[in-house]
Amino acid sequence: MSSRDTILPLDVRRLVFEIDGTRLLHDIDLTLAAGKRTVILGPNGAGKSLLLRLSHGLLEPTSGEIVWRGAGTRARPNRQQAMVFQRPVMLRRSVLANLTHTMKVRGVPRNERHERALAALALAGLSRLAECPARAMSGGEQQRLALARAWTSEPQVLFLDEPTASLDPAASRSVETLIGGFHVAGTKIVMATHDLGQARRLADEVVFLHKGRLLEHTPADEFFDNPRTDEGRAFMAGELLW
Amino acid sequence: MNTLSDAFMQAGALLAGFDADLLQIVGLSLRVSLTAVAAACLVGFPIGAAVALFKFPGRGAVSLLLNTFMGLPPVVVGLLVFLMLSRSGPLGVLGLLFTPTAMIIAQALLVTPIVAALTRQIVADLWREYSEHMRSIDAGPGARLTTLIYDARFSLMTAALAGFGRAIAEVGAVMIVGGNIDHATRVMTTAIALETSKGNLAAALALGFVLLTIALAVNLVVQVSNSVATRKAALV
Amino acid sequence: MVKPIIAGLSLSLILAVGGVLPSQAQALTLASTTSTENSGLFGDILSHFTKDTGIAVRVVAVGTGAALNLGRQGDADVLLVHSRTDEDKFVADGYGPYRRDVMYNDFTIVGPKSDPAGIKGTHDAAAALAAIAKSGSTFVSRGDDSGTHKAERRLWAMTGINPSGGSGSWYKEAGAGMGATLNTTSGLNAYTLTDRGTWLSFQNRGNLEVVLEGSPPLFNPYGIIPVNPAKHPHVQFEAAEKLVNWLTGPLGQAAIAGFKVNGQQLFFPNARPQ
Repeated sequence: MSSRDTILPLDVRRLVFEIDGTRLLHDIDLTLAAGKRTVILGPNGAGKSLLLRLSHGLLEPTSGEIVWRGAGTRARPNRQQAMVFQRPVMLRRSVLANLTHTMKVRGVPRNERHERALAALALAGLSRLAECPARAMSGGEQQRLALARAWTSEPQVLFLDEPTASLDPAASRSVETLIGGFHVAGTKIVMATHDLGQARRLADEVVFLHKGRLLEHTPADEFFDNPRTDEGRAFMAGELLW
Repeated sequence: MNTLSDAFMQAGALLAGFDADLLQIVGLSLRVSLTAVAAACLVGFPIGAAVALFKFPGRGAVSLLLNTFMGLPPVVVGLLVFLMLSRSGPLGVLGLLFTPTAMIIAQALLVTPIVAALTRQIVADLWREYSEHMRSIDAGPGARLTTLIYDARFSLMTAALAGFGRAIAEVGAVMIVGGNIDHATRVMTTAIALETSKGNLAAALALGFVLLTIALAVNLVVQVSNSVATRKAALV
Repeated sequence: MVKPIIAGLSLSLILAVGGVLPSQAQALTLASTTSTENSGLFGDILSHFTKDTGIAVRVVAVGTGAALNLGRQGDADVLLVHSRTDEDKFVADGYGPYRRDVMYNDFTIVGPKSDPAGIKGTHDAAAALAAIAKSGSTFVSRGDDSGTHKAERRLWAMTGINPSGGSGSWYKEAGAGMGATLNTTSGLNAYTLTDRGTWLSFQNRGNLEVVLEGSPPLFNPYGIIPVNPAKHPHVQFEAAEKLVNWLTGPLGQAAIAGFKVNGQQLFFPNARPQ
C-alpha cells in the first residue's frame, strides 16, 4: 500500500447505540491497532454488524466517539477504508465497469483506472469475466468482485461483515485467500463472523461481543483455548445461541 | 355495428395506402410527442432522482406536487401555454403560437411531472438496495444521481413510455396551442376531433385505430429492445 | 454511455425547435370560424390563392368571438368572421383598419323529421323558435359566442323569450363548434340553428332535416378584416391585404362561387368593388 498518513489506531470510546429507545450497544471501549487481523465474534444479535457499521461511519452513534488517528471524529466513511457486506451490491453493469465506477467515485485518475481494474481482477481470479454482467455471476464470484473493488481503493482498513455467510465452502476459501492478500499488503482486517472455523483460520485477535457489550478483547489463541468469561466459554462450547 | 366495421376497413385502407396527408399527420404526432417525452426525460429523470436521493426542506411538498401534477388536465396546460405564447403574452416575441414547437412545449410540461414522479419512486426503491454500498465508497451527490439514474435505466424506460402514452393520446393541449392547422399543426388526435365534428364518425374512428397502431408500434419497439438489453445484462 | 444519449436528445430537441422557427415567417395566419372550416371551403379555395401568390395560409378555426380575440391579441394576421356588429366594433376599436364584404350564406333551422314543434314549412324564423320554446321541444345552442350563436341570440331577442330559463332542460347549450353541435343535435333528435355550409357537408344527420329556411333574419354575411399593424407591428399586413384583395377580387369571388358540395353551392360571393 502506498505510504499515506495512517488513520490507525482506531479509538472507539464509550460507544452507545440505540434505536427507538432500545439500547443495542452498551458503552463499547475498543482500540484497533494496525497489523493484527481482528475478528469480531459473538452470537446473533450481539451487535457485530452494528459495531462495524458505526466504525465505518455508516451509522451515527447515539453517544460516544469513533476516533481515527489524526482526524478526530469522522462523520462518514473515508477513502482510507472499505467495507464488504454479507451480500455484495452489484451495479447493473459489467464486472469491469463495477470496478471503474468505484475508482471514479474515489477520484482515481482516468488513465489509471483500467490498469488497476485489470490488476484487481487478476488478483481475484475474475479476469475472464471482465465483460460479463456482474449480476449474472455466482455468489462467490460476486463477493470476490466486491473484494476486488475494495482492493482498487488501496484501503488502510477493510471491514467485512460475515462475507462468506452465504457462500459454499469452496467460494469461502477463495474469499479467505483474498482477505489474506489484503493482510499481506498491509491492510488492517476487521471482520465479523459466526463461523468459528473461519475465525480460527484468520484471527490474530478476537473481540467478543454479547448482547451489545464488549466482553473480551484478547489474542486469538487465548480466546479459543481459554476464554476468560463464562459467556466466552459458553460460546466456544457452542451453547450460546443469542 | 356499421360505423365500427366501416372504421376498421377505412383504417386498413389508410394504413395500406400510405395516404400522404395521413403520413404527414402521423409524422407530426410522433415528432411532437417523442420530442416532448425526450425533453421531459431530460428534466424529469434528474428531478425525480434528486427528490428521491437528497434531503432538503420542503422535500415532502415537492413529492406531493409531482404526484398531483401527474393529473394535470391537458386543456389547462394548453390554455396556460397559449396565454404565455400569445403575442400579447410574456413570451409573445418568440412567435411560437400555432407552431409544432408550442405543441412540444405544452406536451413536455404535461409529461414532465409523470416522468419525474415515476422516476422518484423507481430511484427510491433502487436506493434501498444501493444505499450502503454508495455511502461506503463515499459517493457524493453527483455520483449518487448519475449512478442511480443509469442503473435504473430499464425501469426508467417504462416511465418514459408512460409519458409517451399520455402525450400521444392528448388533444386538449395541442388543439389550443397548435390550432389544428391543416398541413402545419394537425396531429392524429386533433384530426380525429375534426372528423368527429364534421360528423365523419367512421373516418374519425379509423384515425383512432391508426393512432392505436402507432402507439402499439412504439411500445413494441421499446419492449423488445428493453428485453434484449435486459437479457444481455442478465438482470435478475 | 450516458453522455451520447444526452447529446443525442439535446440535438434532436434543438433540431425540433430550430427546424420549426424559420418556416413560420412566410405563412399567413387566418383566424376564421368553425363553420367555414367544417364546410371544407378553405381547403379548396386557399390552395388557389397560394398558387397565385405563393403565400401559404394557415387557418386557425375557432368561433367568431375567439377569432376576434386572436386579432385583438395579435395572434392572427387576418380574420374572416360572420358577426357584423362585432366586426364593426373591432374596426372602431382600432384593431383592424377596415372591413370588407366577402360572401354570404344563410342559416337554416334543422330538426327531427317528426317535427314536434310543428314548424316545418313555415317561413318566420323567430316565430319558429317561439314555437319550439312553447312546445318544450329540445333545442341545442352553440353556446360558444360564435357568429352562429350570436345570430341565434338575435332571433331569441326578436321573440321576447329568454331561453336561458330552460337551460339544461329543453335548451341545451353545447358550448361547441357547429359540427359538434350537430352531432349533439342528431344524438338528441332535437332542433338547432346551423349554417348551410356545415349542414351540407355534415355526414351524421340521423333523423334531422331542414325544417325552415329563407327567413330574412337568417341571412349570414361574412366579412374579412386585416389586423392593424399599428397595434401589432409584427403582423404580416402586406400579405394579409393580398389575401383580402384576392378574396374580394374576381379570382377569389369566382373560387367561392365555384365551391360546391354534392353539387350545391354553399357560399355566395358579395364583395363590392373598391
